[in-house]
Amino acid sequence: MRLSDYGQIDRGNAISFRFDGKTYGGFQGDTLASALLANDVRLVARSFKYHRPRGILSAGSEEPNAIVTVGSGVHQDPNVRATVQEIYNGFEANSQNRWPSLKHDLLSVNDLMAPFLSAGFYYKTFMWPRAFWEKLYEPVIRRAAGLGALSEKPNEDTYERAYAHCDVLVIGAGPAGLWAAYQLAQTGLDVILADEDFRMGGRLNSEADQIGGKPAADWAADMVAQLDQMDNVRLMTRTTVTGAYDGGTYGAVERVSHHMNDRGGDRPLETFWRIHAKRAVLAAGALERTIGFSNNDRPGIMQAGAARSYLHRYGVATGKRVVVFGNNDNAFRTAHDLSAAGVEIAAYVDARADATIDGDFPIYRGTQVTDTKGRLGLSSVQITDGGRNHNIAADCLAVSGGWNPTVHMTCHMNGRPTWDETIASFVPTAGSIPGMSVAGSAAGHMSTSACFESAQDIAARVAGDLGTATPADPLPTAEHAAYAIEPLWAVPGKARAWLDYQNDVTVKDIKQAAQENFRSVEHMKRYTTQGMATDQGKNSNVAALALLADATGRGIPETGTTTFRPPYSPVAIAAMGGEARGTGFAPERFTTSHAVAKDMAAPMIEAGLWYRPSYFPEHGETTWRQSCDREVMMVRENVGVCDVSTLGKIDIQGKDAAKLLDFIYTNMFSTLKVGRVRYGLMLREDGHVMDDGTTARLGENHYVMTTTTAAAGLVMRHLDFVTQCLHPEWDVSFISVTEQWAQFAVAGPKARDLLSNFVEDDISNDAFGFMQCGAMNVMGVPGRLFRISFSGEMGYEVAVPARYGESLFRLLIAKAKELGGGAYGMEALNVLRIEKGFITHAEIHGRTTVFDIGMERMISAKKDCIGKTAAARPGMVDPDRERFVGLKPVGTVKQLTAGAHLFNEGDAATRVNDQGYITSVGYSPTLGHFMGLGFLRNGPNRIGEHVKMVDHLRGVEAVCEVIDPVAFDPEGGRLRA
Amino acid sequence: MRIPCPICGERDRREFYYQGDALALNRPDPDAGDVVWNDYIHNRDNSAGVTRDLWHHEAGCSNWLVVTRNTVTHEVLGAELASMVKGEQG
Repeated sequence: MRLSDYGQIDRGNAISFRFDGKTYGGFQGDTLASALLANDVRLVARSFKYHRPRGILSAGSEEPNAIVTVGSGVHQDPNVRATVQEIYNGFEANSQNRWPSLKHDLLSVNDLMAPFLSAGFYYKTFMWPRAFWEKLYEPVIRRAAGLGALSEKPNEDTYERAYAHCDVLVIGAGPAGLWAAYQLAQTGLDVILADEDFRMGGRLNSEADQIGGKPAADWAADMVAQLDQMDNVRLMTRTTVTGAYDGGTYGAVERVSHHMNDRGGDRPLETFWRIHAKRAVLAAGALERTIGFSNNDRPGIMQAGAARSYLHRYGVATGKRVVVFGNNDNAFRTAHDLSAAGVEIAAYVDARADATIDGDFPIYRGTQVTDTKGRLGLSSVQITDGGRNHNIAADCLAVSGGWNPTVHMTCHMNGRPTWDETIASFVPTAGSIPGMSVAGSAAGHMSTSACFESAQDIAARVAGDLGTATPADPLPTAEHAAYAIEPLWAVPGKARAWLDYQNDVTVKDIKQAAQENFRSVEHMKRYTTQGMATDQGKNSNVAALALLADATGRGIPETGTTTFRPPYSPVAIAAMGGEARGTGFAPERFTTSHAVAKDMAAPMIEAGLWYRPSYFPEHGETTWRQSCDREVMMVRENVGVCDVSTLGKIDIQGKDAAKLLDFIYTNMFSTLKVGRVRYGLMLREDGHVMDDGTTARLGENHYVMTTTTAAAGLVMRHLDFVTQCLHPEWDVSFISVTEQWAQFAVAGPKARDLLSNFVEDDISNDAFGFMQCGAMNVMGVPGRLFRISFSGEMGYEVAVPARYGESLFRLLIAKAKELGGGAYGMEALNVLRIEKGFITHAEIHGRTTVFDIGMERMISAKKDCIGKTAAARPGMVDPDRERFVGLKPVGTVKQLTAGAHLFNEGDAATRVNDQGYITSVGYSPTLGHFMGLGFLRNGPNRIGEHVKMVDHLRGVEAVCEVIDPVAFDPEGGRLRA
Repeated sequence: MRIPCPICGERDRREFYYQGDALALNRPDPDAGDVVWNDYIHNRDNSAGVTRDLWHHEAGCSNWLVVTRNTVTHEVLGAELASMVKGEQG
């Protein structure tokens, strides 16, 4: 029921929304929970396991009961807390975990089965037969017990990740957070004030207090307005700081557009923030806990503090006849405030015999609520007074078992909270998070004035740490009532008394766990599932462990808490992923010929971050193999052009450049003549091959190294390591020029004919022989030419500054076509190199040695190099190692597959008989059969033998002949032509 | 985790590539023998407490750093340029 004189809602802004298909009215500033309560809707959910009717327990993010599904279709968002979700025009939500409807839920039969479904029931009940668990029990239980469902369609909402930096992060904008932020902001420090609510002020918006002579909510609003005016303050509402991490890093999730009609439209739905702060002030407040008594879960039973929130903040009376039950002075406020608002207080029940309270309604001291009635909502409350039971008609029962400081984040780095007897709760242990201080009720200060005081003190210390001083303004006058509490965790009773509402854990379950020897708090948690739901037991954990302590005869501090881990409240995986999906997942690197290749309809394949053309389909070709075979023959017979710009290019200069190359390559580069290119092999220090490529000497102290596409970054880092960590005394500099040069391979018998159209210099074999290089004018552009080949044909690579890449590629293709050639892609490139036995990272995959690939002679005896010592160890040069060979099919099956394993012909294809494996395959149109490269035990000495290839995964088996890996033109006459 | 790069200032650890123990700076002579080489290449202490390890500021200034940190508290105690450390060692 809405009350006219209360609330911070905007009554000029009426909102229409739907819940479970029915239309209701609310106001701007309402949550779904407050709007439903205003419409006297008490039943909003069914519980997880027993399908018990449930209502709204809290007014904040700790809500265990009132979780709903917002929206539908691809935008369907399950398990949203009604107490956090703001309503807007057109808003639609549905209850979940019920069928066919919330009022008539057939699975509420589970509730009747409760005696069989207590803690650990599935460990005991569904043990046999074993196979039934996966096939029958688990699926049935999953269907019966549950939360909301996903749409099972791809999520179309947008999310993003963002970063922020500040001097001080203040977490929580209640009295302590606001005052700490205000004190710190006046020093000029950069302050971020984050609060999970959409309206800052914390409990100030939910109490009848006066601060500095004004209503508390007005004081908070004025303070927020003042902070908002300051350039060095950033206010982040709807932002939950979810975790504390090393080095002053905090995770936070901002609900950017969940409250908007065009949610997820122009704005992201959520933003996941990483905030780095030199210091942090945790002012997260405290959470009210309930009390375990029989049937304490009916709709209409809620936290006493929540009832005040609905009254003061939303102008909603949570009932017409209200009973208030508590064990502390704070509970009394609810009775007082509701009574003042004209709501009938049927009874104020205080468990303390000596409670000093006074009010204009029935007051029971030393009395407890022992049971309740009402099938779909509370109808009466039973109290036991001096051994006699009374039933009091009521539609709302407000309960307070005391307040727990929100210590969660102080435990994110393995800290443990400390038990404080005076407030019967845990308080943060100082120094748990380096750089974080705790202020206000999060630190156990339970009056508003004590909150201000602690905030003032913490702010002064934080400012001092950062080399400045707070103004120490006079503290605002505020209530400073003592907070007297007498612990009450559970009231004895026959019926079930709930602790963890969301996971349906009862007082009895905790006792049963203790009885069955799950005495450790961590074991109790897992056995009962206490605190394991989406609310993480925020209002029930402390009571649960107090009951465990009692049941096991230990003290509460000795029993301890379970481990609080991030996130503080649920974070969508999509928010943490942010924009990193689809093409946003990784940067895309395009070559200068990318657009031309796309124009030619070439499908792209990813090579690291690069995109390279797989093949260039021609009219009439329906499979990639047709294109690939054509492109291979085109290169072998005429000429082909391929963009090889993605290979890493590193420009190395300095008088010790040769020294560096001699040290990182196995072979000599100091002896390389200027104007020549040499193939080099690089090892890791452990003797395995790291990378290979050609390096050209352009001048006495000037080299250009090429790396493989995949290892370009790795090699760069390696060069940095060698020159900084091993030989900082060397005079050598290098820089990646991969993106500065566009480079094209021109290969085939007509390569020279083609290139002579582009360069004026003499490139005849005599003038520019195999493995020569040099600067060259390419159609008026200063470029470079290298006489190298990865295809086995006469080959050149021509390089021009990247800005000329696209036009040179177009011209080369056009000219190649005149000569019966054209562009070729990665598939053809792969076949060409397999025919020649040239290795790639398929072969040098990190476990192969220089001996394995048959290049041991490339380790120069005249010098040391990285990996040389390790490469010489006996195990690294054992002839029986799996060594590089070629393979061709000779049986009835003509197909080879990469990844298949090799076995001796008569052996069973089992691991113990493994003889090696295949790394690369391709159909060779040149040779007329499939050809593979791979590694075989003692391979080079087994040329001509037959082995059996077995691909267990694809179910292919083929008899192969072991051949020399260089199957085409072994003399190399073609590349020297 | 934040690393105070001597060149760039304090940066998030996502900018860095982690290598391992800074003993990688002390490459043995080629003829130092198997034991020494095995220790250099393979054997690492897994100590609880203060360690010195190598991080490459890959998304920053490209410098290798020797970072001193505490594996128990996760506290980062300092960072030096590896080239300077190596230079001092000779």
